Amino acid sequence: MQRFIVRRLLQSLVVLVVLALVIFALARVTGNPADLLLPEDATRDDREHLLKALGLDRPVHEQLARYLKGAVTGDLGTSIRYRKPAVEVFFERLPNTLALVGIALAGAVAVSIPLGLLAAVYRGTIIDRVSGMIAVLGIATPSFWLGIVLIYVFSIQLGWLPSARMGGPLHYVLPTITLGAFLVAGLMRLVRSSVLEVLDTEYVKLARIKGLSQTVVIWKHALRNALIPVVTLFGVLFALLVTGAIVTETVFAWPGVGRLTYEAVIFRDYPLLQAVILMKAIIVLGVNLCVDILYAYLDPRVRYA
Amino acid sequence: MALDTAPATDVEIVDERRPRDFSRLPWTSFVIITVLVVVAVFAPLIATHSPTEQSLPDKLKPPAWQEGGSTEHVLGTDMLGRDLFSRLVYGARVSLTVAMFALLSGGLIGLAIGIVAGYVGGRTDSVLMRVVDATLTFPTILIALLLAVSLGAGLRTIVLAITVIIWARFARVVRGEVLGVKTRDFVALARVHGCSDLRIMAIHIVPNVMNTFMVLLTLHIGFVIIVEASLSFLGAGIPPPTPSWGQMVADGRSHIASAWWLAALPGAAIMLVVLAFNLFGDWLRDWLDPRLRQV
Repeated sequence: MQRFIVRRLLQSLVVLVVLALVIFALARVTGNPADLLLPEDATRDDREHLLKALGLDRPVHEQLARYLKGAVTGDLGTSIRYRKPAVEVFFERLPNTLALVGIALAGAVAVSIPLGLLAAVYRGTIIDRVSGMIAVLGIATPSFWLGIVLIYVFSIQLGWLPSARMGGPLHYVLPTITLGAFLVAGLMRLVRSSVLEVLDTEYVKLARIKGLSQTVVIWKHALRNALIPVVTLFGVLFALLVTGAIVTETVFAWPGVGRLTYEAVIFRDYPLLQAVILMKAIIVLGVNLCVDILYAYLDPRVRYA
Repeated sequence: MALDTAPATDVEIVDERRPRDFSRLPWTSFVIITVLVVVAVFAPLIATHSPTEQSLPDKLKPPAWQEGGSTEHVLGTDMLGRDLFSRLVYGARVSLTVAMFALLSGGLIGLAIGIVAGYVGGRTDSVLMRVVDATLTFPTILIALLLAVSLGAGLRTIVLAITVIIWARFARVVRGEVLGVKTRDFVALARVHGCSDLRIMAIHIVPNVMNTFMVLLTLHIGFVIIVEASLSFLGAGIPPPTPSWGQMVADGRSHIASAWWLAALPGAAIMLVVLAFNLFGDWLRDWLDPRLRQV
């Protein structure tokens, strides 16, 4: 088990280092990173000055050493737009995103497990067809558009719910629906196919032969086992939510790290974007690591694979 | 003791739908996709106006069926007085072009890596699959945004960005297929015959994973269109004034209260097209390669 943890930890570190190098290289492949920072009307003098200030007049290997040292000590540069350390800006916004993502995830799970289960148990009936249609539609709907349509209907036409920024509990409704809908479609189909698979196993058949009631068979024997593959996907779901949060927070002017990512793109705030990407990578990799370790703990077969 | 002969239970396990049902053609999808392709190819003939020509006196005109609309601008105009219908028509071109190039590059890279990983096996395979796993669990859209900012927005950047996002999905499935194909007799025979590994991969393996590859391509068209639209929405897609559906939704967002059509119609176009391609992909999968259903 220890060996497994160490190996997975090292793998995550490798991914992180590669990513850091890619970010470093990308800023230099296309010319001097200073040009990403300078306004278009900057003079030669300004440029020289900035090059010196950023240490970009030094040889590349020295720059790389400085960059890596900064990355390890948590210094990822200063945001141009906020004139503050980029990491600091990131952590100010992080709780807002975690709140949004947490509620959306809980909601998506609460909706998709019963729906997927129903679709599997009543396979081929109208319930299955309807849930299939919801899934197909859900996958085809771009979440930025869903968010705008929800705003139009519930904020502008009906005036029931606020359309932007944070505030009371009502402010959470539309953004979490937008973000969660993104997951429900896929998750529901996954639960369905997983339950179908389990319903076909011998232990479920045995439970039926023993004369257990339908409710006990479905809830106790089938669903519990069907959820194992779903739990392992938590890491992937989390990565999806981090992605989805960029679009959702942009639509709802939600002051989280997703919106921050968008701002960094729009204002070409390269140091901020680079910091946001590295920090998000650390979080996603960390979550994946935890999920994998948990899974290996639950299912010993994984450890020796 | 085998339990396969268990007596009938109270839950009826319905048979898979019979092949006859699957071969029903998805006509709706065909029609939508055909219209899309025709519109994209013949955009200049179909559009009623230039997609980029501004006319401020005509700005924010509603669609023809609404009060204040006219048949001059069938679907209304945007905040710069550009004709929405013509922009949608040209936007179809952008979506399809990006999807085509991105799928070809991402798909071919994934195909090559999947074949090498599956055929060569051993350490090569485990290293490559590690990379694939890392890519799949990582929110690759972040890399796409990074590319857009550092390389500058444009067709090449967005194709590269989407390639980064999708190649791993292809590689993983193709590798799985190759693992099966390479144990077949004709591969052993080819080896006995003295074929080089490269030749076996190119001549004997590739044709046998083609069905899977085509199905994967089709199943990913919708996904790629959504990714392109999302990147454009975030300002990291094809730069203006070239109309793209995602960017049109983004532009329309600030006018949603007064001009709903600006955001709603391009979004509906995305949804319709993605829906059509997904249904078509599902149908193709069931027809060519039903085992892929779990993917």
